[in-house]
Amino acid sequence: MSDKSVDTSKRRFLVTMASAAGGAATLAVTAPLIMSMMPSARAKAAGAPVEVDISKIEPGMLLAVEWRGKPVWVVNRTKEMLELMAKHDGKLTDSASENAAQQPDYCKNPHRSIKPEYLIVVGICTHLGCSPTFRKEVGPADLGTDWPGGWFCPCHGSRFDLAARVFNGSPAPTNMVIPPHQYLSDSKVLIGVDQGVAA
Amino acid sequence: MEKLLNWVDERFPLTASYKAHLSEYYAPKNFNFWYFFGSLAMLVLVIQIVTGIFLTMHYKPDAQMAFASVEYIMRDVDFGWLIRYIHSTGASMFFVVVYLHMFRGLIYGSYRRPRELIWVFGVTIYLVLMGEAFMGYLLPWGQMSYWGAQVIVNLFATVPFIGEDLSVLIRGDYVIGDATLNRFFAFHVIALPLVLLGLVVAHLVALHEVGSNNPDGVEIKKLKGEDGHPLDGIPFHPYYTVKDILGVVVFLIVFAAIVFFAPEMGGYFLEANNFIPADSLKTPEHIAPVWYFTPYYAILRAIPPILGSQFPGVAAMGVSVLIFFALPWLDKSPVKSIRYRGPKFKIALTLFVIAFVGLGVLGILPSTPLYTVLAQILSVVYFAFFLLMPWYTKNDSTKPVPERVTQ
Repeated sequence: MSDKSVDTSKRRFLVTMASAAGGAATLAVTAPLIMSMMPSARAKAAGAPVEVDISKIEPGMLLAVEWRGKPVWVVNRTKEMLELMAKHDGKLTDSASENAAQQPDYCKNPHRSIKPEYLIVVGICTHLGCSPTFRKEVGPADLGTDWPGGWFCPCHGSRFDLAARVFNGSPAPTNMVIPPHQYLSDSKVLIGVDQGVAA
Repeated sequence: MEKLLNWVDERFPLTASYKAHLSEYYAPKNFNFWYFFGSLAMLVLVIQIVTGIFLTMHYKPDAQMAFASVEYIMRDVDFGWLIRYIHSTGASMFFVVVYLHMFRGLIYGSYRRPRELIWVFGVTIYLVLMGEAFMGYLLPWGQMSYWGAQVIVNLFATVPFIGEDLSVLIRGDYVIGDATLNRFFAFHVIALPLVLLGLVVAHLVALHEVGSNNPDGVEIKKLKGEDGHPLDGIPFHPYYTVKDILGVVVFLIVFAAIVFFAPEMGGYFLEANNFIPADSLKTPEHIAPVWYFTPYYAILRAIPPILGSQFPGVAAMGVSVLIFFALPWLDKSPVKSIRYRGPKFKIALTLFVIAFVGLGVLGILPSTPLYTVLAQILSVVYFAFFLLMPWYTKNDSTKPVPERVTQ
């Protein structure tokens, strides 16, 4: 070794460049690992629309079907249910369905559906993803005498009316989601597709 | 024999490590009941790793097979029921021990200078342990597994802007499914245990660097005898190994009693709904997390949505856990141990314990308007303990701390 003084600026430059190259390489190697955790092609493909025969649902009853791994409810609402549903707009967070992300345009109406009696909704609470319990009876002891029928989420106590609109004071911030759907005939509904456009 | 030892010592610091960490690691002589829980936590970690290895020999991380494979372990594998019950009891007992260990730190000021890093490593261990427990709970693929994971993963979805993508990244699918189960298995059996072991080593290395605190909160290293050892210190081995063995014996009696007589612990260690296979269409009537998460769950439920977003509640829940990290810097008291602290700290700590236990109870109960108000009050107390700490510890009247430890 010579006794010349060490050129620290060159050394610092080399250390910086080596660190930067090493850091970039680390990032480059991490990226595919992280991306491998995203839904696979198979998971993305599993979203086919579901056809439901609604003629079997008696008035006041609920049919649950699976669409994309989530429950979708089809409810045949009675006249009394629809009348009662219109009386509590003041207690709702979004009674007029102003939040466009929660339903397609054709369901932006007081009953949140294409046909007034048939509600089709993704049965997942907008709070933290539990599936609320169908409580159609009016004024039960545990929910209070002014309960007009609807859904009660067992996880955190969110309340929804029979149009899946959230009541004020619930932990859930928005109404439940209406999925895209269309009527193939009077008794057949296709959930997941509207007017031939997949959601 | 001695030749062999010399041969090893020239190549690996065997005798030196034994001395540094056991036979010549001087610990204060006045350790009491509260000092059992550190070694017990290590014991539970070993129990969990050993039973976990044997469970993976029979378990299938597949949404179609997971539930059945756990039942298979319970019924058809010889002693499978025992191994599984030890593992499930171990999970809850881990938190019992860790909570008592943390409480010890709180009352004797073990997080204070120069032990801040021990505390920081310790809180990190606690966080990793929560992740480990949460992911392990999904594996039996019962109703509580499924819906518990659904709720917790959706907590991440409430983060503004990136939340939705983040939750998809965690699940590996748009709903909790096979992909989620498979990756939680990977995290539970290899990723997090490795991190945990590394953190335990860091926790102990930092502890042995500065030395243990004690119920009086005095530094024993300040006064050394002629032999250079602390006057108030005794070698860890044999004195504290023998003491800890007593703790282990008592602990294992309790542990075995639970495993053999009450492995479900009345639904608190293993919840009834988890004996029903996961059903993505139906949430159980009443869902609650396992007991060790309920205080934070109650805080989450106590905060109403603000501006149409659930994020504030989620953030409060996150902060309520992370705030433990700040403890060494929030405490401004001139003394460490509760023995020499004044009434303000004692009242604050009592209120904090009431809040923590109260929130834990409320987190198990279904939500009603009255309970929500109660949870809100207790949440305020919980945060006040930390946020007002600089004030009430500084202004507290303290007693003089002795030079040496008391008997």
